[in-house]
Amino acid sequence: MALIHSVVRKPFDFAEQALGKVFPAQWNPLLNLGALGFFFYWIITASGIYVYIFFDTGIHNAYASIEYMTHEQWYMAGVMRSLHRYASDALIVVMLLHLVREFGLERYRGARWFSWVTGIAVLMLIYVSGISGYWLVWDKLAQYVAIVSTEWLDWLPIFGEPVARNFLSPQTLDNRFFTLMIFMHIAVPLIALAVLWIHLQRVSKPRINPPRGLAIGTFVSMLALSLVFPAVSQAPADLAQVPGTVGLDWFYLPLYPLLENWPGTVTWTAAFCMTVIAFAVPFLPPMRKLPVAVVDLENCNGCSRCHYDCPYEAIDMIARTDGRPFEAEPAVDASKCVACGICAGSCPTSMPFRRVTGLSPGIDLPDLTMETLRDQVHDVCDRLTGDNRVLIFSCMHAVPAKSINVPGVASVELRCIGHLPPAFIDYVLSRKLADGVLLAGCSENACHARLGVEWTQARIAGERDPHLRARVPRERVRTVWVGRSGSRLLESELSEFSSGLSAVPGIKVPPAGPATRERDKVDA
Amino acid sequence: MPSVLQYLGQGAFYALAAAFTGYLSLYPTYQQVPADKAQVKLSFAHGAHRVEACRRLTPKEIAALPPKERRPNTCSRERTEIFVELFVNGELLYSESLQPTGLSRDGPARTYRKFLVPAGNHTIKARLRDSTRDSGFDYETERRVELAPLQNLAVDFKADRGGFVFR
Ligand code: HEM
Ligand code: SF4
Ligand code: SF4
Repeated sequence: MALIHSVVRKPFDFAEQALGKVFPAQWNPLLNLGALGFFFYWIITASGIYVYIFFDTGIHNAYASIEYMTHEQWYMAGVMRSLHRYASDALIVVMLLHLVREFGLERYRGARWFSWVTGIAVLMLIYVSGISGYWLVWDKLAQYVAIVSTEWLDWLPIFGEPVARNFLSPQTLDNRFFTLMIFMHIAVPLIALAVLWIHLQRVSKPRINPPRGLAIGTFVSMLALSLVFPAVSQAPADLAQVPGTVGLDWFYLPLYPLLENWPGTVTWTAAFCMTVIAFAVPFLPPMRKLPVAVVDLENCNGCSRCHYDCPYEAIDMIARTDGRPFEAEPAVDASKCVACGICAGSCPTSMPFRRVTGLSPGIDLPDLTMETLRDQVHDVCDRLTGDNRVLIFSCMHAVPAKSINVPGVASVELRCIGHLPPAFIDYVLSRKLADGVLLAGCSENACHARLGVEWTQARIAGERDPHLRARVPRERVRTVWVGRSGSRLLESELSEFSSGLSAVPGIKVPPAGPATRERDKVDA
Repeated sequence: MPSVLQYLGQGAFYALAAAFTGYLSLYPTYQQVPADKAQVKLSFAHGAHRVEACRRLTPKEIAALPPKERRPNTCSRERTEIFVELFVNGELLYSESLQPTGLSRDGPARTYRKFLVPAGNHTIKARLRDSTRDSGFDYETERRVELAPLQNLAVDFKADRGGFVFR
């Protein structure tokens, strides 16, 4: 399984980097696949409403009404028709890429099964929508789609009379089925939208709109395609003839030649097995559900930061249960928590300076506690020598910093870069455990836990609590946002960073003593 | 802000993505049936005769029934199978015993078969047996047809229209 994941991930890493050369990180299409999916969905909806105005819903006149749009009103209805067609194709492209990418990044198991399973349901609904759409044109392709679909369905012994007999000859054709298709073509996409809404129930602040730069580029390219290469109908359907040669939409209909030529037993068994596997994928071994975040009420003041920072809607603020005079307390929903540690990174009580009271924050990961992290920091820093010692905090999903073997450099691995409380940076620098701190996380916009990079940037910039204190010289802090394959970039950033450290003034630390602790408390 | 060069790169990417989408949306075309062939599609749904014809019950049998269900006749529900054959130019292309549908075998038997034949002149013969007789056929139709390339000839069966219907 791990091998499959990495084989799947490699091309994505490569393409992501290649696109990163021409797109700013926020605009990178590969990092906006879900948002692009929504964008195409809206284009399809708007253009669909427009073409429906001119569409004749009777099977005998449907073709002519579409010909009118394409040829007489090419400048508007024709363009709308093309947009409708090409945005539907593009939706398939981004949806499949999104699926494969989430799979490769292993973001489909554990608590994320929910998004996966609802995603598969959306995928099936989108296919049904598209296939029913091709039916409505009632050209040769529609005839082909109608006949192959109904022949395939007829294999199931559920219909009294073979449905495909509707299309036996021009005399047997009637409107009944066509009306059903029109209904389906409107109803199924709406159901898909409802399921999409469910799809996003367990991610907080989902990115459903592409950034403007990407949206403009995408729309313009769709429009250009529609003008240069408008979608047209094939010859009108004629049941007295076999379609012969058809232009297939390979995004929606790639399996139709197989459905047509393979025995029903094979295609239905394959369809059944593929469906079961697609839905079951998140539950296949190896199961790896990390222990979820745990609240320690004694150290929690109910500030709600963990609740706001959790990327998976896993923390609710509920009425206080311990009688202390705070408004609320966090409650972790174990079924939604992906153990990213971002909540622990956001908790104001994650204070490494507290030697005396022990380091136990209000919320923490049981298998990688803040206390453990601080011990690891001391362990690795104690072994650092030289003048430009650098400590790397790296995300386990980003570039593997452990493999960097440079004297004067050590690293500590976190669940997510957002798992790091900014106070740790202050701690390392003010205690002179190292001369510089480098944070290595996933590429911008591609954070494995969705929001870790964004929150970290805001915390360092002082825009989001808990923020990195002003006294920390920013020249001693470096962030590198690269995916797993970015070790070369990390190494070059690292050497540049560490060689520049000698010129940077140190932190002004007041003499140790009670005052220090007082100040830290105020700061928290 | 991206540089001019980057914008050009983006433009190239969009052009490629659009070309990919536009192309696969229609091409490569798929040849479902070779251009010099025609198709004969044999399909019908037809209820065959009952296995047992209706008969009068003997007075004894009537007396044996519960009072509310007493009736003069009895009819079996089960239908017999249909034996069908299709010949093109005297060559047997298809023959099958079609079983009645339904749990008590009382529904119509069905078939739906497609055959490719070269375009041109053909003699097409279809016949079927839907009664309990052991041999011979209850319906038989033979036609000479001129099939154009890619023509679809439907061979249906409608007992109320006298048998096979070619269209
Ligand atoms: C039209 C189709 C789809 C649209 C528009 C869509 C959209 C989205 C969006 C906007 C997100 C949130 C991304 C973020 O903000 O980080 C998301 C997450 C997700 N999607 Fe989809 N999706 C679609 C289909 C699918 C399919 C077919 C699958 C796979 C079966 C899938 C699997 C997932 C998973 C696993 C996540 C969660 C990622 C995480 O937990 O970090 N989606 N989707
Ligand atoms: S570990 Fe991550 S997913 Fe779990 S509660 Fe904390 S922030 Fe939410
Ligand atoms: S961030 Fe920490 S202190 Fe604030 S509510 Fe969450 S656990 Fe409590």
